[in-house]
Amino acid sequence: MLNRAEVHEEVITAPQPQRRGGSALVQALRVVGEVLQRDRLALIGTIIYIFFILIAIFAPVIAPYGPLEVIEEEGIWLANEEPSARFPLGTTNLGRDIFSQLIYGTRTALLVGFSAAIAVAFTGTLVGLIAGYYGGWIDRGLMRLADVAFGIPFLPFIIVLVAFVEPSIWNIVAAMALLLWRDTGRVIRSQVLVVKEKAFVNAAKLSGASNWRIIFLYIAPSILPLSFLYGSLAIGWAIMTEASVSFLGFGDPDVVSWGFMLQDAFLSQAMSREAWYWIIPPGIAIMLTVMAGFFIGRGFEEVLFPRLRRQ
Amino acid sequence: MGRRITIYLGTRFLQSLLVLWVIVTILFLLFRLAPGNPLVAYIDPTFTAEQQDELMSRFGLDQPLPVQYVVYLGNLVQGDFGDSFFQRAPVGEIVMEVLPNTLYLTLTSLILAYIIGVIGGIILAWQRGTAAEQAGVTFTLMTRSAPEFWVGMILLAIFAFRLQWLPSSGASSAGVIYTSELDKLTSLDFWQHMILPATTLALYLHGLPLLLMRSNMLEIMQDDFVTMGRFMGYSEWRLMVRRVARNALLPVVTAMALGIGYSIGGNVVIENVFGWPGLGRTLVRAVSANDYPLAQGAFLLIAVVMVLMNFFADMLYGLLDPRIGATERSSS
Repeated sequence: MLNRAEVHEEVITAPQPQRRGGSALVQALRVVGEVLQRDRLALIGTIIYIFFILIAIFAPVIAPYGPLEVIEEEGIWLANEEPSARFPLGTTNLGRDIFSQLIYGTRTALLVGFSAAIAVAFTGTLVGLIAGYYGGWIDRGLMRLADVAFGIPFLPFIIVLVAFVEPSIWNIVAAMALLLWRDTGRVIRSQVLVVKEKAFVNAAKLSGASNWRIIFLYIAPSILPLSFLYGSLAIGWAIMTEASVSFLGFGDPDVVSWGFMLQDAFLSQAMSREAWYWIIPPGIAIMLTVMAGFFIGRGFEEVLFPRLRRQ
Repeated sequence: MGRRITIYLGTRFLQSLLVLWVIVTILFLLFRLAPGNPLVAYIDPTFTAEQQDELMSRFGLDQPLPVQYVVYLGNLVQGDFGDSFFQRAPVGEIVMEVLPNTLYLTLTSLILAYIIGVIGGIILAWQRGTAAEQAGVTFTLMTRSAPEFWVGMILLAIFAFRLQWLPSSGASSAGVIYTSELDKLTSLDFWQHMILPATTLALYLHGLPLLLMRSNMLEIMQDDFVTMGRFMGYSEWRLMVRRVARNALLPVVTAMALGIGYSIGGNVVIENVFGWPGLGRTLVRAVSANDYPLAQGAFLLIAVVMVLMNFFADMLYGLLDPRIGATERSSS
C-alpha cells in the first residue's frame, strides 16, 4: 500500500489525451484491450470474471434448488446430507442445497463487487479531478478528508454503520463507497496535477473553454485508465468485505452470499463434523474473485506504469 | 534537517488529532440521530429511574444537542464512555480490560508475519526466475485473496477438531484465571490459545512484507555496489544477506508500523472466529446486542490505536528517511 502510492507519483507514460470529446470511454476500453493482449495474468483474471458472470446470469438454470429452499422428503428435512448425485455439495443443517447456494452466491458477490467498484471509482475520480484541477483550499479540504477516511478503521466502521441501518447489501456497498474513494482520489489527483500542465489543456483554456469542459473533456479521458485500475482493485475488496460483514452476522438476512454460507457453516459447527464440502467451496469462490481483481489490476499497472515491468 | 522533521511531525500530530476529532463527531451524530429514542446512546429502557436520571445529568441528555456535544467531548477526554447496557459496568473498564489481548494478538501475528515475510522475500528474490519463485508468489497471492475467517475455519477444523492439538476458542482454558497480565503472558495455556489465531493472521499479513522485500531486493540487486561485490569475490549468500537485504529492509520496517494500525481494524474477524476476548469481539457482540455505549467505546478505542500507530509509522518514516521531507508525503 505504501509503495503503490509512491510508484504512481512517477507515472512515465500518461495515456494520450483524447481531443475529440465524447469518446473517452472508447479510449479507456482501448487501454483495457491492450492490457489483455499484453498481460497473461490480466487475461486469466478476465476469464475468471467471465466464468463467474456466466454462472450469475444462468444461476436459475444451473442451480437445482432455490438458495433458501428447505428440501423435505415426506415431511422430514434433508439436513446435513453428505454430497451425492442429488446434492453435489450436500445440504446445510436446515436442509438447503449447498451447491445451489454457491451458484446463487455468485450473483450477490458480483453485484456487490461491481456496484462498489463503480461507486468507489466514480467518487474517487470526481474528488481527484476537482482537487487536482482547482487546487488551493478545495484541494486541501478534500485531501484532509481523504486523510480522515484513511484514519477510520474500515471493517469496524462498516459494522457500526450497518448496525444503524437496515442490514442490506446496498447499505454495505454505500458504507464501502463512503471510505474507499480515498485511494483512487489521491492517485487521480496527483495525475491530474501532471496532466493539467500539458499544452493541450492550456490551449483549451486560452480558447475560452469552461472549467467543467476542460475537466471532463480534456483531463478526464487521460486519467480514466487509472480509474479502471482502482475500480478493478475495489471489486475484490468489496467482495471480501461483504463476506466478512455477512460472516459476522451483519449481512442481508434474505440474500445468500458466500459469506452468509460460511457463517452458516461456522455456527452449525461444520468444522467439527469435517463437512469440507460445505466449508471449502465458498472460500475458494471468494479467493478466485479477489485474485482475479488483483490480476487485472496488476495488468493495468504494468501497462500504465512500465517502470514496474522490469521486475 | 532537524527543524523540517519537527514541522513534519507536528503537522502529522495535528492531523492525527483532526482525524480523531472527526471520528468522534461522526460517532456522536450517528448515535444521537439514530432512529428511535435519542437517549438510546446511553440509556437502556431496563435501567432503573435513578440510574436513568444519573446518566441524564452525566451526559447532559436533557440538554440541547450542542450542549450534549460539549459534555460528550469532555467526558471522552476523561475516558468516560458511559455504562454498558448488558454488563452493567463502565465501558471504559470493559474495553481497557480486553485491549491488551488485542494488542498481544496483533503484535504476535505481525512479528510472525514479518519474520516469514522478510525471509521469504529474500529467498524469492534470490531464486528469481525459478519455479520455486513462481510457486512462492502464487502462494502469497492466494493467502492475500483468501478470506481470513475462512483460513481460520480450515485451521480450526484441522488442528482443533481433527487432530485436537490446540484449543478451538478463547484465550484460556476453563477454570484458568490469570492474576495479572504478567501471569497471563508467562502462562503456557495462553500461548497455546494464541497459536491458531496468530498463525491465521500471520498467513494473511505476511504477503505485504514478502512482496515489498522481494521487489526492494530486486531493485537493489541491480545497483553498482552489488556488481562490485560480485567482482570482488564475495559469496552470493553474503552479498544477499549482508548487503542487499540490509538495504531492502528499511521500507519494510516502516510498513510494519503502518501494518499494526491496519491489522487492529482487520483482526475483528479473527477474534470472532477464535472467540478471542479482544476489542474486535467486544465490538461485534456489543453491536449485535444493541449495547450502544459499549459499541461506541470499542470502536473509538480501535480508532485511537489505529491513528496512534499511523502516527508512529509517520514518525519512523520521517526519522529513517529524511529525504522524503514533509511536503511530498503530506500532499500525496
